[in-house]
Amino acid sequence: MEFSFDLLWEILPQLLRATVVTIEATLAGFAISLIVGLVMVSGMRARQRWLRFLSRFAMEFLRATPLLVQVYFLFFVLPGFGITLSPFLTGVTALGLHYGAYAAEAYRAGLESVPRGQWEAAVSLNYSRLAAYRHIVLPQALPPIVPSLGNIAISMLKDTPILAAVTVTELMFVANEIGSERFQYTEPVTAAALIYLVLSLAAAPLINFIDRRLRPEETRA
Amino acid sequence: MMPMVRFENVTKRFGATVVLDAFDFEAARGEKVVLIGPSGSGKSTLLRMLMTLERIDAGMVMIDGEALWYVRDGADVEPVTQAHLHHMRAKVGMVFQHFNLFPHMTALQNVANAPRHVLGKPKAEAEALAEMLLRKVGLGDKLSSYPARLSGGQQQRVAIARAMAMEPKVMLFDEVTSALDPELVGEVLDVMRALSVERDLTMLIVTHQMGVARALADRVCFFEKGAIVEQGPPEQVIDDPVHARTQSFLRAVRLT
Amino acid sequence: MQIVWEYRQLLLGGVRITLIVTVLAAVVAVLMSFASGLARESRHRILRVPAIIYVELFRGTSLLAQLFWLFFVLPSFGIELPALACGVLAIGLCNGAYGSEIVRGALRSVPRGQREAAIALNYSPAQSFRLIVLPQAARVMAPLFGSLFIEILKASSLVSLITLPDLTFQAKNIILVHLNTTAVLSTVLVVYFVIALFISGGAQRIERALSRGVDHTAG
Repeated sequence: MEFSFDLLWEILPQLLRATVVTIEATLAGFAISLIVGLVMVSGMRARQRWLRFLSRFAMEFLRATPLLVQVYFLFFVLPGFGITLSPFLTGVTALGLHYGAYAAEAYRAGLESVPRGQWEAAVSLNYSRLAAYRHIVLPQALPPIVPSLGNIAISMLKDTPILAAVTVTELMFVANEIGSERFQYTEPVTAAALIYLVLSLAAAPLINFIDRRLRPEETRA
Repeated sequence: MMPMVRFENVTKRFGATVVLDAFDFEAARGEKVVLIGPSGSGKSTLLRMLMTLERIDAGMVMIDGEALWYVRDGADVEPVTQAHLHHMRAKVGMVFQHFNLFPHMTALQNVANAPRHVLGKPKAEAEALAEMLLRKVGLGDKLSSYPARLSGGQQQRVAIARAMAMEPKVMLFDEVTSALDPELVGEVLDVMRALSVERDLTMLIVTHQMGVARALADRVCFFEKGAIVEQGPPEQVIDDPVHARTQSFLRAVRLT
Repeated sequence: MQIVWEYRQLLLGGVRITLIVTVLAAVVAVLMSFASGLARESRHRILRVPAIIYVELFRGTSLLAQLFWLFFVLPSFGIELPALACGVLAIGLCNGAYGSEIVRGALRSVPRGQREAAIALNYSPAQSFRLIVLPQAARVMAPLFGSLFIEILKASSLVSLITLPDLTFQAKNIILVHLNTTAVLSTVLVVYFVIALFISGGAQRIERALSRGVDHTAG
């Protein structure tokens, strides 16, 4: 068995087009997860007990069940309630919900990393709750959150192949399709795996760069 | 008589900083030496080198007549082996500033573990030894307490018992009372004073507390920049220092 | 819910496969975590470099791509593994690369003073690791490995895509024949959630057993 570079060259344009879909799905899913996470963490810090419980439960449930089944759930169950989304939108929503739970956890950890004394100082200076968040707490909570969010984005990138299960024409779907058409899986699947590797290796320095830009002067190495 | 501890021409660098430069030092068998001086002057490094926690860059360290880092083979010096280090470490025990008790073991286990696993004593014997030592340091009622449930002074007394259980010839005390609340210093000092009665036990004590020096020392050495500036009996060095550097250091210490 | 009851045998069979894949993959992952985690802390390049390549390769490529590679590509190299072996290997190797970080971080979390105390008491390096470092690192590892096992449980659902009849596979099959899907998929989600609760409950018990007497806020 050998690796055919001719075949690789022939299918590369198809794979790269599919890679664009993969990147789009990752970015859209990431945007949704940032918002979902924010809603969940707000719920977890709410004054109402039931809301705190509900948010906590939603977060635990979304994190403990497989993304694949969540995708199926949205894909097969929502139409029964009269909501019909395209496969892409279904997949991206599922990604956003699943990783929104992880984003919520990252936000929570960041907020809790701000020492109590900072809150107490804000109260002693008579800041309102909102002003304390805006001027005192968030500027300190954000830097540690950024790397976690970066990891979430990379995880999402590597989970986009799951959307193939509901016929989203992302990279893995196309690679698999080529394979079954030509009875030749070696080139498309290997190439797809390498493209994921390149994308996640490229993402890491990008996240580092953003992280460094956001980090306040005093904590820079 | 052969000194128990001997530094010959020892040099130690951390990167570009020279901590000890062609340093000479001796302590006799059974001698209680207290090392004082500003931080960064090389006192703790000296102890850590004796415990093999730091290597030396040049020179020779001897314990009980044997070279610590190098084995003499005729005229040649051979690189040190694990077996040799094991042999040498058996002569030395150390008590640390931050106790370094094992948090996952009770007080009894902390003391009994090394006799059992390093010296190969049967479990019952190791535990009997540990219990005896813990009683000696006044912790007979804390045998099954975990370190987190003990006060700093109690933790440090366990640490002393733990080191003594290995029957070392040289005991090193690295600022053992510095991390303690002032009211807890006394109980640790009492244990050390009781230890100092043992005539054959050599004790090297690094401290910032002059009370410790006065209570225990046969000899006080004042360190500065990797060299001993002044030494002698405590009543001389502490109460009537000759050297200007010693005088100003002692003035600063008394203020705290 | 009637439909769930009707297909209970099928679904229970699926749960069985899910559990088998999860447990076996967890074993592979733990072994790989320790092997690569320890190798990366080694002083020797010969151990460090392969471990780094393993971790980067398996963390960088998608798990599904790895799974498909083992299932579809490996046979063309003359190595034909059964679907179960492909699933266990891919999930175990991929998560082992993540577990590597857990092992490394936990070993590093043990303060240096602990190793120094072990030297001062004349422990051999092996004894110092076994009696002093590992028990303390294990306390840090337990909850993190608990989370990793939940990731493995979730990842086990992917074996349905290489024809292994696990819980997700059976659910998908039922859906394809019936129109009423809400009950089946809800049940399947709840079953996964319950298994995950068992895993995190177990991890908590182990963590508590390991930190007996140890107060995390002190010493």
